[in-house]
Amino acid sequence: MGVRSSAIALLLLYCSAALAQQRALPTQDLRSGSSYMGAELRAMQADTFANPGTLWVERGAKLWSARAGTVDRACVDCHRDARDSMKGVAARYPAFDAGAKRLLDLEGRVNQCRSARQGAPALAFESEELLGLTAFVASHSRGMPVRVAIDGAAAVHFERGRMLYERRIGQMNLACLNCHQQNAGRRLLAETISQGHSNAYPIYRLEWQALGSLQRRLRACYSGVRAELPAYNAPDLLDLSLFLAWRGEGLQIEAPGVRR
Amino acid sequence: MAEARIQVPPQVRRGEAFEVKILIRHAMETGYRLTDEGKPIARNVIRLITCRYNGVEVFRAEPSSGIAANPLFTFFVSARESGELQFEWQDDSGARNSERASITVAG
Repeated sequence: MGVRSSAIALLLLYCSAALAQQRALPTQDLRSGSSYMGAELRAMQADTFANPGTLWVERGAKLWSARAGTVDRACVDCHRDARDSMKGVAARYPAFDAGAKRLLDLEGRVNQCRSARQGAPALAFESEELLGLTAFVASHSRGMPVRVAIDGAAAVHFERGRMLYERRIGQMNLACLNCHQQNAGRRLLAETISQGHSNAYPIYRLEWQALGSLQRRLRACYSGVRAELPAYNAPDLLDLSLFLAWRGEGLQIEAPGVRR
Repeated sequence: MAEARIQVPPQVRRGEAFEVKILIRHAMETGYRLTDEGKPIARNVIRLITCRYNGVEVFRAEPSSGIAANPLFTFFVSARESGELQFEWQDDSGARNSERASITVAG
């Protein structure tokens, strides 16, 4: 007893807190962006016919079997039936890729596969092809809970993501946290501020009149607070994506989501 | 870039009204937007869409700038004979597209 054992107890307490990572949003308080929408939009998202995102899913399904690159190989040649092989994959991303030695989101994963296994050029961000493939892959995780790895090599990215989430930026001097954590559920002009989760991406956003990636949405927020826009695939966007996924762990994948 | 999804019931009964849905992939460029350089973007919307049921027109719409991208059209048709629904649409760029769906009428 005494000083030594209480020091050990303190250390253990500290370790478990560090391992569990303090969650500002308890799991039972998580609200998907869809819960802030009206009944009509929720119905549109749930209806696999009326959801415009399915146009991209169908395009992705075609690309899945289309050969590409110098290797002349299609996704289907290695991964076979996406209904089995891609089940739950989107729920685990972003993830650190040991081979590429960097953090990859789903878009990065597709392009990594293209360059490493197909010998094909990377698809441009927000291109119809990349959105089609990511929507197709993500659609096979619909209804599955988000769960990402933040330990090991991903830990440094996670911590950077948290730092970025909490850091005030731009002429508006706002951090993600100021709106989506401290004021979620309250009004910003005509809109209700959501908790800002990433579980429905890629989303068909009515404002865009098209499907778009999480990175596009994050850039829109950077623009909203009048901060300098990071380029697509910038480390900031990827690290932030990892933190966001962890923050919404437990929410179900809704891709392709529909949002205002 | 002709892409459309069509939904009709697999089988309908004679005399019954059945629901037809068609979702068309189209940018529906309003003509009111400008590029980053301030140049106007030419209007390109679907200006006419028709549906014929075994050759007889059963639906016609003339959308304009007020209709969102990737429009969804839903309407009801009275079932008469088995056959085909033929959809045709054209936009401001002059592109003409068509799709068809077969319908089976029982009874």
